[in-house]
Amino acid sequence: MENILREGSAKTPSVSFNSASGILELKGRSIPENSVEFYKPLNEWIDSYGSKPCSETVVDIKLEYFNTSSSKCILDLFKKLEYINKQGSVVSVNWYFEQDDEDMEEAGEDYQAIIKLPFKMIEVEEI
Amino acid sequence: MSLKRIYNLYQTMEQEKIILSFNGVVTADVLTAVLDIMETKMTQLDESSKTKKKVFNVLVECLQNLYHHIDERIYDMNELRKHQSALVMVVRNENSFLIQTGNYIDNSLVRDLDDKLQKINSLDKEHLREYYREVLGNGAITEKGTAGLGMIDIARKSGNKLEYEFLEIDKYFSFFSLNVKID
Repeated sequence: MENILREGSAKTPSVSFNSASGILELKGRSIPENSVEFYKPLNEWIDSYGSKPCSETVVDIKLEYFNTSSSKCILDLFKKLEYINKQGSVVSVNWYFEQDDEDMEEAGEDYQAIIKLPFKMIEVEEI
Repeated sequence: MSLKRIYNLYQTMEQEKIILSFNGVVTADVLTAVLDIMETKMTQLDESSKTKKKVFNVLVECLQNLYHHIDERIYDMNELRKHQSALVMVVRNENSFLIQTGNYIDNSLVRDLDDKLQKINSLDKEHLREYYREVLGNGAITEKGTAGLGMIDIARKSGNKLEYEFLEIDKYFSFFSLNVKID
């Protein structure tokens, strides 16, 4: 299946979803007014990927910040990945946050509390 | 005609330490432009990365609230623009930033918003976080892409109580003023 490779913009993150490597990356900022429109194709891709996933799927979330509209969409994305995890592919999430960015760290912990996937919190100097 | 009122207004804004203000209809383009300006300003002011992010995040949520909650009930085309107009101001004090917004709100919506804000203000940090998780996990997302999380998020990032007031203007509308402090 086709991979997703989208450049980021002032309001949307860069997206790199690779069905051959099983590596899914979101990087940058996610603050579109209507995130549903932005995340819809990403969710659809994950559904397709889910029908024939790699044995291991790694999700790298490298977001500087995201608005509340995105937070709901990101949760939905994680829920789909949770489902794929149940179906056989081992899914793990790497949640990156910048040094001293408690808000992003907490945001990762919020998802960790709701989603049944292994989360690794990774502190970096700069995203 | 004396143009002293321009100087007076300028003075007032300087004294109030308003570093950015916008008055008008918050469209998607306006939103992008205001955020752009704010981002540049924040880089120029020597604030910590942490503060910059908080201020920016709160501004994003406030602006997007204004953008999404432009009242769609139109009573009169002449009234339309007036009631869709909002005011946004960013104040920089010595030890804090204030993000202040003002917008018209249909009277029928006041009660629910007031209840929600009262609830948010009654919660401490831990409970606010729980409330956020609860709404995130259980809430549905509307067609506009809103998730009911905006005000909760603003309160969390601010770390302070949300100051607000409803001023009844006429039988249809009130004016909702919000003051968010980030320190």
